[in-house]
Amino acid sequence: MHIMEGFLPPLHAAAWTAVSVPFLVIGARRIARISREQPRAKLLLASAGAFAFVLSALKIPSVTGSCSHPTGTGLGAVLFGPSVMAVLGAIVLLFQALLLAHGGLTTLGANIFSMAIVGPWVAYGCFRLARPLGLGVAVFFAAMLGNLATYLVTTGQLALAFPDPVSGFAGALTKFGGIFALTQIPLAVIEGLLTVVVVNLLVQYSRDDLNEVGFDRRSGLGPELGSAGRA
Amino acid sequence: MTRTNLILLGLVLVLAVMPLLLPVTGELAEPFSGTDGQAQAAISEAHPDYRPWFEPLWEPPSGEIESLLFTLQAALGAGLLGFYLGLRRGQSRPSERVDARSSGARPSRTSADAPD
Repeated sequence: MHIMEGFLPPLHAAAWTAVSVPFLVIGARRIARISREQPRAKLLLASAGAFAFVLSALKIPSVTGSCSHPTGTGLGAVLFGPSVMAVLGAIVLLFQALLLAHGGLTTLGANIFSMAIVGPWVAYGCFRLARPLGLGVAVFFAAMLGNLATYLVTTGQLALAFPDPVSGFAGALTKFGGIFALTQIPLAVIEGLLTVVVVNLLVQYSRDDLNEVGFDRRSGLGPELGSAGRA
Repeated sequence: MTRTNLILLGLVLVLAVMPLLLPVTGELAEPFSGTDGQAQAAISEAHPDYRPWFEPLWEPPSGEIESLLFTLQAALGAGLLGFYLGLRRGQSRPSERVDARSSGARPSRTSADAPD
């Protein structure tokens, strides 16, 4: 989902940056509030960022014969709510833009919008909707659909910037969608499964932190345990 | 719980390895290339007159350096995550591990140390 450096026209690059900045500000303020009011949760927050760090570094082969990578932003969105992931995802993208020439500074706003904003918000929405089906199921669908949403947004961003000379926006959407969509499905499933594994471990060993950030309350985890694994 | 996680990790492994074993790259000129690069190539093909208007400030000088930095990224993330989970596991009180014991995970220290 990394749009390469210089591969969005200046107007598009500026527009996506402008859209992303408010989310970054809100996310930064939320993180500041968490560190002030829930200092115990700081390490969990860092771990959610760490999860995105690992997953977005893994280029995984897919059944289409292409490679792509998960995003890892669903975990933090589910645990803390989506706003913090704008900042954590932006850090990952900045690292890759500066040190790996993967993504770029001019396309940072667009990439933040897909990976660090839309992905986490979709993940959070799915989590809330699917929660009655069980914690594990909800986490799985949240992370999986958040991942897919990220790539759908990238597809839309590229199609807007580079409509096909013949078939226009719709044609470009099909073309870029064809590159990303099929490849991404098994990777989205992988991301969903890995996120469930981490949430299972957190439920098992880190209930105090989950309490602290209100995850217990939000997810209706309650006093009974052990339902998380039945995904 | 631990067994569930092992099953989930097994599924991840199957999903990641399966494409390597199946004949999925038959006609592809460049097997297992990245989708980000493919999208870039598609742009250049449909819009040959588009010139990127900004270059990366710095690029890894070789594939080796690039893989070094990707590995560093993954290692930093995995290291911190592993530190956190290990720390909390060590801090969790035995009563909180009821779930771990009942689902076949490693038993608590006392029962493990008891003579057979």
